[in-house]
Amino acid sequence: MAKSLTQEFVKGLWDEVPPFRLVLGLCPVLAVTKSVENGIGMGVATTFVLVGSNVLVSILRKLIPSKVRIACFIVIIATFVTVVELIMQAYAYPLFLKLGIFIPLIVVNCIVLGRAEAFASKNSVFRSLLDGLGIGIGFTLSLVALAAVRELLGTGALTFWVTPIQIFGPSYQPFSFMIEAPGAFMALGLMLCLMNLVGKK
Amino acid sequence: MREMIKMVVVLTILSFFSGGVLAYLRNNTQERIDNQVLEFVKGPAVRTIFEGAGNNPIADRFNIKDGDVERTFFVGNFDGEPRGVAFETSGKGYGGEVGLMVGINVKDNKLIGVGVTTHAETPGMGAKAKSDPNFVAQFKDLALGEPFKVTADGGSVNAISGATITSRAVSAAASEAGEIYRKLKPQIDEKLTGFKK
Repeated sequence: MAKSLTQEFVKGLWDEVPPFRLVLGLCPVLAVTKSVENGIGMGVATTFVLVGSNVLVSILRKLIPSKVRIACFIVIIATFVTVVELIMQAYAYPLFLKLGIFIPLIVVNCIVLGRAEAFASKNSVFRSLLDGLGIGIGFTLSLVALAAVRELLGTGALTFWVTPIQIFGPSYQPFSFMIEAPGAFMALGLMLCLMNLVGKK
Repeated sequence: MREMIKMVVVLTILSFFSGGVLAYLRNNTQERIDNQVLEFVKGPAVRTIFEGAGNNPIADRFNIKDGDVERTFFVGNFDGEPRGVAFETSGKGYGGEVGLMVGINVKDNKLIGVGVTTHAETPGMGAKAKSDPNFVAQFKDLALGEPFKVTADGGSVNAISGATITSRAVSAAASEAGEIYRKLKPQIDEKLTGFKK
């Protein structure tokens, strides 16, 4: 069943949105969603890697021998991740300090490798670009949504860029459980549940 | 056999290009990254120590080789003269090394101030060494010479309650800084003359 180009893009936003529908790449999802700012940073970094690796894998798909394809994909992905890491260190160092180890770990994020293997190695360059962009933006939005819930309940404020914006009044007692690790599991579970209720067929 | 050769060739070319791109990027961002590290990791401590300095202490810096290690010294200008140097030492804390930026007035050999840079101490306890300005403020204007000690060890530094080990680490780092300063004093003075306007 061939999809139209728009469908290739849109599927990443809802039908195949990575953390909630495919339930892939949960490690960074749980770890970095302490603030909306972190979520945006991680999402943009992953989107860049995803689009870059999807396009390159798609261009090279006829040249890469199938026996060593995974090794080739990893070389390509790792290159893009290192590019992101260096650029982030040079231009957004405070963000790099917060995301820390999770930037290099994008290499082993199964969303990225999954799209290279399942999609880009079988489809045209333009389709792969749209697929990467769609999945990347979907991933970013999921991170932002999860981070917003956790940060709002956990601190009463939202941080979009550098400075937190107070949302709840001073009488709000921060529920700091939500920004700790167990809160991440709870929030993710509840959001998965919500997604399944809404999208029930 | 042909397939074998193809696999080797493809992977080699791919790695070759990847290495080239990354080496190029690294060369071009290295200087910026070094500056960013100084600005965000050591910068806040240096700026607090040299509050009111007439120059940018992060930009005015020099290196001196001390045995195997190369130490970076930040220069603080007061009243138009380079009067202060700040450099980093470390002490063993509860959760690992506690990095301490130590500012010294080269005219009267007293501490200008100290500030914690990197640490892995317990939040709410040892981490107060960095977050609570009252603790590090004790070191202001202390004369170098005798090693600094917390009151429990017979010294004059009031330890953070519940975090004696961290307080000891900071005191030890400050004492070590005094020793390094004594040892390198001639070289520091020589380098500082270059910063006179």
